Amino acid sequence: MGLHIDMEVKQEVLCIRLSGELDHHTAESLHTKVTETIEKYHIHHLVLNLEKLTFMDSSGLGVILGRYKQIRLRNGEMVVCSISPPVKRLFEMSGLFKIIKLETSEKFALERLGVA
Amino acid sequence: MQLTFSSLSQNESFARVAVAAFIAQLDPTMDELTEIKTVVSEAVTNAIIHGYEQNPAGVVHISAAIEDGVIDLVIRDEGVGISDIDEARQPLFTTKPELERSGMGFTIMENFMDKLEVESQPGTGTTIRLIKYLTKNKALCN
Repeated sequence: MGLHIDMEVKQEVLCIRLSGELDHHTAESLHTKVTETIEKYHIHHLVLNLEKLTFMDSSGLGVILGRYKQIRLRNGEMVVCSISPPVKRLFEMSGLFKIIKLETSEKFALERLGVA
Repeated sequence: MQLTFSSLSQNESFARVAVAAFIAQLDPTMDELTEIKTVVSEAVTNAIIHGYEQNPAGVVHISAAIEDGVIDLVIRDEGVGISDIDEARQPLFTTKPELERSGMGFTIMENFMDKLEVESQPGTGTTIRLIKYLTKNKALCN
C-alpha cells in the first residue's frame, strides 16, 4: 500500500488529496510533487484533503510542516480538511493546529481561502 | 515473533503490517492497532534514517512477544547509536531538520505505549523496548 497523490489547481490554491499511507518512504514523492506544482503554477495557498489517508506517522508531520513553511514564504495559508481521528491526534500532539487551520470538508476549506 | 530486514524505507510498511498481524490474535481495538502500527513505523524509521543513515546494508531487528495479553516489542539496530538519549526524546528535537524530520518520533512512542525504554551506545547501535497493556486486559485486572 503506497501513497496516491491527486492534485488540482483552483486559481491560486492547490488542492492536494491523499489516499493510502504517508510515512518516511512515501513522504519523499509528496515533497517533490507538491514543491514542483507550487513553483510551476505560482500557488499561493494549500488545501490538504486527508479523507482517504489510512495511515500517517511523524514523517507525515515533517513533510506537512515543510510544505507549510514553503507556502508561508509566499505569505500563503494552509488548510487541512476531512482528517481522521488517529491523524488528528498526531496533529494535536505536535501542535500543528496552532499554525495550520482545520476544516471539516474540502468545500469549507476552499471557502475559507476565498475560492468556492 | 522475530523479523530481520534490510534498512530500506520500503520495509517500514512491511514491518508495521507484520507486527499488526501478529498482535491481531489479542483482538485489539482499531485504536490500539493504529497505535502499534504507528510506533513500529517510528522506531523502524529512526533505525533507518538515524541508526544507519539510510545505508541499505544495515539490518533492523524486531522481536514481538505476547505474555498475559501484554505486548512487548523490541526494535534494534547496530547503527551509529544516540549520544544523548534525553535530548533525543525531547518533543520536536531532531538532528536532521534538513530532511524535514518533525522530531516527534519518541514523543509519539511515549504517548501511544505504556512503557518506552531506550538503550544506546554511540558506535554500537540502539535498542528500543515498547510495552503496551491492551484495554481489554486492563479491565480484567480490576
